[in-house]
Amino acid sequence: MSTASVPLPAWISYGVIPLINLMLAFFFSGLVIWSIGENPFEALKFLVQGALGRGDAIGFTLFYATSFIFTGLSVAVAFHAGLFNIGSEGQAYIGGLGAALVALALDRYVPWYVTMPFAIAGAAIFGAAWAFIPAWLQAKRGSHIVITTIMFNFIAAALMVYLLVNVFIVPGKMAPETRTFLPGGQLPKLDWLMALFGLRLGPAPFNVSFVIALVMCFLVWVLIWRTKLGYEMRTLGVSPTAAVYAGVPYVRTVIVAMLISGALAGMMALNVVMGASARLQVEFVAGAGFVGIAVSLMGRSHPVGILFAALLFGILYQGGADLSFEMPNITRDMIVVIQGLVILFAGALEYMLRPAMVRLYQQFAGK
Amino acid sequence: MEFFDILVSILGSAVRLSIPLLFTALAGLFSERAGIFDIGLEGKMLASAFASACVAYMTGNAWLGLLAGIAVSIAFSLIHGFASITNRGNQIVSGVALNFVAAGLTIVLGQAWFGQGGRTPQVPGEGRFAPIILPGVDAMREVPFIGPLYANVISGNNILTYIAFLMVPLSWWVLYRTRFGLRLRAVGENPGAVDTAGISVPWMRYRAVILAGFLCGFAGTYLAVAQSAAFINNMSAGKGYIALAALIFAKWRPVPVMFACLLFGFLDAVANFMQGKVVPGIGEVPVQIFQALPYVLTCILLAGFIGVARPPKAGGVPYTKER
Repeated sequence: MSTASVPLPAWISYGVIPLINLMLAFFFSGLVIWSIGENPFEALKFLVQGALGRGDAIGFTLFYATSFIFTGLSVAVAFHAGLFNIGSEGQAYIGGLGAALVALALDRYVPWYVTMPFAIAGAAIFGAAWAFIPAWLQAKRGSHIVITTIMFNFIAAALMVYLLVNVFIVPGKMAPETRTFLPGGQLPKLDWLMALFGLRLGPAPFNVSFVIALVMCFLVWVLIWRTKLGYEMRTLGVSPTAAVYAGVPYVRTVIVAMLISGALAGMMALNVVMGASARLQVEFVAGAGFVGIAVSLMGRSHPVGILFAALLFGILYQGGADLSFEMPNITRDMIVVIQGLVILFAGALEYMLRPAMVRLYQQFAGK
Repeated sequence: MEFFDILVSILGSAVRLSIPLLFTALAGLFSERAGIFDIGLEGKMLASAFASACVAYMTGNAWLGLLAGIAVSIAFSLIHGFASITNRGNQIVSGVALNFVAAGLTIVLGQAWFGQGGRTPQVPGEGRFAPIILPGVDAMREVPFIGPLYANVISGNNILTYIAFLMVPLSWWVLYRTRFGLRLRAVGENPGAVDTAGISVPWMRYRAVILAGFLCGFAGTYLAVAQSAAFINNMSAGKGYIALAALIFAKWRPVPVMFACLLFGFLDAVANFMQGKVVPGIGEVPVQIFQALPYVLTCILLAGFIGVARPPKAGGVPYTKER
């Protein structure tokens, strides 16, 4: 008999199997490190120390994690509606434009806490707008959302380079970036929060966006599991035909889900553009949109899972940077390998262990 | 005549730029026609470029480099197949994962082996695919129009270019005139029917992804040991996605795939040529327009404004034999 339809208890499906998958990903990452002649355990030690060893290291880890929470939530919301949004990268990029426009307009006149709500709205609206066309094409024209969102990532990249090089560049400067925002257009650091734990933040750009990200986690949980719209999205995700038969408006639900997804991706820009560099730069997203895919898969599209997965990737990103200082033979790109392996094992190969688990479980449960 | 010279040089570079797209798009054609979406074309191209540059550098033999490129690309295909055919995983997730693995691994291994920041050392002259001068170039040179076209566009390319164009009719023949091709297309439209006929769906799909790996191996090799003489970090630079766009633009058919690749290659060549040039009456045209155009065109096509692009029906859906 096929093992696909045998039910497994939740603690195996959501606990044991994902954990083993994650271990496999790390095992193969260790194998890569070992194969280039370094000690994987030593590397792990440097990585953890580099990510959690000092106050500023923790600050950087949480800074990266903040970005990944936003993009992870973005991918997850679309995923619940059965849509695979690969475009978080581009949506975040365009979201940066929204945040930067608000910051550039307001930073001379008002303090940061007045700018912030407008900046959140700006980033979210621009991100959502960039998700709208793929969403509309999927809902109305049946174009595959994966393909269109990939295309829109590249279009966003071309558009932003054009704008930064030709429109926003500061006259007389070489770097394609906007002017530096005044404090009224920056999000303040959370050094007081770190001080509560007796840690010094130092130069780490850990900022208020982290709080916004936590609020978004909660709001996404409410949306998905406590509202009618969330229920409709999940129904659509499980079975589009059943959802349409039950009266879920297909076009509206797809578009709204993608708008929310794009808005969440866009808000990621707050963290980097207004919280860290205080200016809009070329390629500031730096792959965070794609990390969101890994984070969402690992977190099983649940906000709590996403929070932990984002922290793990924050540790990898910050620790990986430190690791490449300690072991020059291992470049920073090792993180990309680990990220790929996590997506492979936690995502694409998620059913690999299921048959074996079913057999084990049946033996022990005495069935 | 100056305008004509410029046109010839743009056409020549368009052909050269379209070759990796053509190999990769044909690779995607086989995979997607069999019902396996392949977002991982980019990663396969990158991994095979790295492998071929390494081997060509070490052995000084371009053909061994090609072999290595193909082998690594097929290995990636098999992982994709293992995840999406055997384990019925999400094909898009698997492709995304393999792209990351390729992007990271090539730099990590390159840095560890050669210590040049992820690049491979320069491949020596005999380790590369050199341009081939076709017979009669000198005799034709004096003929107006056709002479320069023949000398700069048709002649003077390396062997992989000619293989790429040979692959187009070959792919058409395999897909539309052989039993294997019929079954491959059927498995992408209605795997249940193929299964009923007593043909193994997984084995059909595995052969399709292996073919895709085989063709991607050529694309990567072309980048690393024909077009340039070394592997450079992230040298595929999104070409895998442009090839994917070309495949869709051509509505999953081999001959239109060639024209789509030539069109996108032409846009790329124009973009390179236009950099910093001023067009009378318009001013400087931003390069980014040409860079974004393939993607914009594909989206417009997907929206159904230029005919209907209908993907293989069973694409992206894992096949379950029994419940």
